[in-house]
Amino acid sequence: MGAAMTLHSPDLARLIFGRLSLESIPYHEPILIFTFIGVAIGGIAVLGLVTYYRKWGYLWREWFTSVDHKKIGIMYIVLALVMLLRGFADALMMRGQQAVAFGSHEGFLPASHYDQIFTAHGTIMIFFVAMPFITGLINFVMPLQIGSRDVAFPFLNNFSFWMTVAGALLVMTSLFIGVFARTGWLAYPPLSELPTSPDTGVDYWIWGLQVAGVGTTLSGINMIATIVKMRAPGMNMMKMPIFTWTALLANVLIVAAFPVLTATLALLTLDRYAGTHFFTNDLGGNYMMYVNLIWVWGHPEVYILILPAFGVFSEVTATFSRKRLFGYASMVYATVVIAVLSYLVWLHHFFTMGSGASVNSFFGITTMIISIPTGAKIFNWMFTMYRGRIVFDVAMMWVVAFIVTFAIGGMTGVLLAVPPADFALHNSLFLIAHFHNVIIGGVLFGMFAGVNYWFPKAFGFRLDPFWGKVSFWFWVAGFYFAFMPLYLLGLMGVTRRLRHFDDPSLQIWFEIAAFGAVLILIGIAAMIVQFGVSILHRDKLRDTDGDPWHGRTLEWSTSSPPPPYNFAFTPQVHDIDTWWQMKQHKWTRPTQGFLPIHMPKNTGTGVYLAALSFVFGFAMVWYMWLIAIVSFVALLAVAIHHTFNYDRDYYIPADEVGRVEAARAGA
Amino acid sequence: MPQCDASGARTICVLPIDRRTLFAQQYPPLFHSVASVVSMKTLRGLLLLALPLALSGCHTVLMSPSGDVALQQRNLIITSFVLMLLIVVPVIIATLVFAWRYRESNHKAHYDPEWDHSTIVELMIWSAPLLIIIALGAITWVSTHKLDPYRPLDRIAAGKAVPADTRPLDVDVVALDWKWLFIYPEQNLAVVNELAAPVDRPIRFHLTASTVMNSFFIPALAGQIYAMPGMQTTLQAVINKPGDYQGMSANYSGDGFSYMNFIFHGMSEDDFAKWVAQAKSHGGMLDQATYTTLEAPSEKDPVHYYGSVEPGLYRSIVNRCVHPGPDCMDMLRMPGPGGGGEASASTDSHAAMPMAHPQ
Repeated sequence: MGAAMTLHSPDLARLIFGRLSLESIPYHEPILIFTFIGVAIGGIAVLGLVTYYRKWGYLWREWFTSVDHKKIGIMYIVLALVMLLRGFADALMMRGQQAVAFGSHEGFLPASHYDQIFTAHGTIMIFFVAMPFITGLINFVMPLQIGSRDVAFPFLNNFSFWMTVAGALLVMTSLFIGVFARTGWLAYPPLSELPTSPDTGVDYWIWGLQVAGVGTTLSGINMIATIVKMRAPGMNMMKMPIFTWTALLANVLIVAAFPVLTATLALLTLDRYAGTHFFTNDLGGNYMMYVNLIWVWGHPEVYILILPAFGVFSEVTATFSRKRLFGYASMVYATVVIAVLSYLVWLHHFFTMGSGASVNSFFGITTMIISIPTGAKIFNWMFTMYRGRIVFDVAMMWVVAFIVTFAIGGMTGVLLAVPPADFALHNSLFLIAHFHNVIIGGVLFGMFAGVNYWFPKAFGFRLDPFWGKVSFWFWVAGFYFAFMPLYLLGLMGVTRRLRHFDDPSLQIWFEIAAFGAVLILIGIAAMIVQFGVSILHRDKLRDTDGDPWHGRTLEWSTSSPPPPYNFAFTPQVHDIDTWWQMKQHKWTRPTQGFLPIHMPKNTGTGVYLAALSFVFGFAMVWYMWLIAIVSFVALLAVAIHHTFNYDRDYYIPADEVGRVEAARAGA
Repeated sequence: MPQCDASGARTICVLPIDRRTLFAQQYPPLFHSVASVVSMKTLRGLLLLALPLALSGCHTVLMSPSGDVALQQRNLIITSFVLMLLIVVPVIIATLVFAWRYRESNHKAHYDPEWDHSTIVELMIWSAPLLIIIALGAITWVSTHKLDPYRPLDRIAAGKAVPADTRPLDVDVVALDWKWLFIYPEQNLAVVNELAAPVDRPIRFHLTASTVMNSFFIPALAGQIYAMPGMQTTLQAVINKPGDYQGMSANYSGDGFSYMNFIFHGMSEDDFAKWVAQAKSHGGMLDQATYTTLEAPSEKDPVHYYGSVEPGLYRSIVNRCVHPGPDCMDMLRMPGPGGGGEASASTDSHAAMPMAHPQ
């Protein structure tokens, strides 16, 4: 009590606001001020429009609190696209800076800002663009492909999504309150330890990833449970569509890898908050442990991203070649082998940190071995096209661009896996070119193929093909212009994360790369136009029978968009290409005999929990201990309270199911 | 290997078609196994395909280095690259050909919607990458051991062994925030942001850092190795041509990272002796006190010389006991079987460190 009485107002302010003060607002940085004004105007406009059209209730009831896997999947992809804009803005600034900062010209970004930008770019692109993209696509597609009505844990799914949003918001908040990490996207200690990174940057990074990581891990468990337990009768493992297979293995990797990230971040948190010495220079700390641990997560992570993209390419190639997928079993085994091997290669990220030759050789060779199943997959797609009747819709165009681009990226990857070659190429722009080559050319192209492919299923109308093709060509050309010069610069011995160069002869290559970034910008703009034009012309692009591409798997057997319950009757599976086979056998949709359908009820708990997690993360970043404690207790209370919510489900009456199905037949 | 004539304004390169002889000399058993997979003619054709790369390589330091280690790394990059082109080029071509041939509007192409399996094709698509990887894996195992940065050099250049009486030039490298400190124990000299070495004499770098990780990289000399606080790494290299080469930190280390560059001079024995004498004439001593001042973060530091160095300073830096405070790390470690304890008794500044390479 005595302590409370003597609490002076500075102490009180400190207890409430922690280290947050007006100084933490970067009002002296003109770029950030303009960004803030832009974001504020845009944000107010969106909020204003939603309010004007009285859509808040609709959004809350139909989307935010929805436990429908299809809506959650769509929200994930919206999040990914929004964050893509932020991550790409960072990329443009880096390309701009590197194109002008030569000799006496320092460029327009000071080191403190530039270093935040490349850190944010990597963090955002991996955690808040690529991850939500694949999770969103899996969420939307996979339950439909296995003939299920939802995922195994619908509420958990909604909660996972909002945790990802909360993590993204924490990272975004650092733009306007305080600073973001200036450590590179994996925040290697000792640089990320308190003595060398005392500000809020690394803390934003830690808490943003921890909060989002809860969502990712839980979503991984959810998806595995769904695939293992909820497949339609007859669909044994070797009859699962390939996308579902890749989704299964990606989520197994998530469940096995993300706890490592969580633990590693927790240890770094203890170092920074509690003065422990896990990764410090002194008192027995060993930062090599961090580097090992982070890559034990980090390498499987890249397969978490690429496997579902491989799944998309498999589905799209088979559908648009009008042919069965070549080598289904070999495709499955290749995926499994890649998933297992992804845990045996992590050291190739740091050959240059002094491991012995035998250790380096081992990890170099295991890395190369991964290229065998990957190569087999590429051949399988090739032979799926062979003797096909290929329709070059936008999705299929992405497949061809992918195979060519990924073959190049894979090749440079294997080159980097040769340790002595890596000694010369590590940390160089060659490496940067390589991983953009596989992540853009593999993951992102895959996601774009997936969006063009499944969009009509989600919204009931196709995407405008003209603007899709415009976007495609600008993206692909832009990619080559932006990254091929980087390969060359790498061979010139130019390393990564530099904000200034002395050698003027390099400038032309950076200018070409910047030009490529502008082409990609046009590609992104064309994609936004594509969405807009498609919405305007939706009646012309309408998908009336739910099967616009003559698909092969179960998701095309329902209407577009599917009813909340997906399937009025659970389908019976006899073949890998179930829907194709059903069509061959002139299957007709039942028009009577409907039964009431048991459905999960919407709940706002996921939103509340994520909001509290955001507050908790923010309070921890700023040392606002009081708010941190209160929000954490509230978090537990809300979670426990939700377990007493017995009002979780409802039935869609049989006659309503009948009405929905009849309406579909009428259309 | 491409031979570059840098005498003119434009660099001209000649790629002898018979690179495979060199390849065969380097990896005789492997060469035969590869040769049995692909005919000589194909290999030669593919080497011709690699020509553009080699040509563009002449403007790039990694493709036309001046040190033997970097040169061997370059050769390895080209060999691996060509080996992979064997499979990547056909894949890209076949993909484009299939995509074109089996387009919807081409009704002449055979359409077989149920064709989804062929044991022969499956065997091919698994074994072709497998064979390439077996070859590349063998190359990797051999070259990783041969080009291990810790391994003392056995040659100065191709066909030129290290003379028996040659002692390598020792350089102790400390990556500071944000500058490089080079200590020459033999010459009792320390230099900030400038490095020099005589040509054709092996150089043995021992590296550490003061606060955060950096990576020591002179692309013309040899591949990089990390310089890390409280740990020691080693790099063995040799420079074969006199000249001024760019050196840098390749691993991001904080605000001043972009300016963490230095010039590496390769010079004749005589010029090196002159350089040492000239550097030592600046006088000054690098001791604990001056090191503490020097260690404070700073950017764009000019080249600076110290005519002498306090004995044992580098060892104190590696063991993090320059400043009064905790004991040196090598003193803290417990002696015992399997531990690094035996190092603690040693006064050798290059004794086993936490990251020490298994000998």
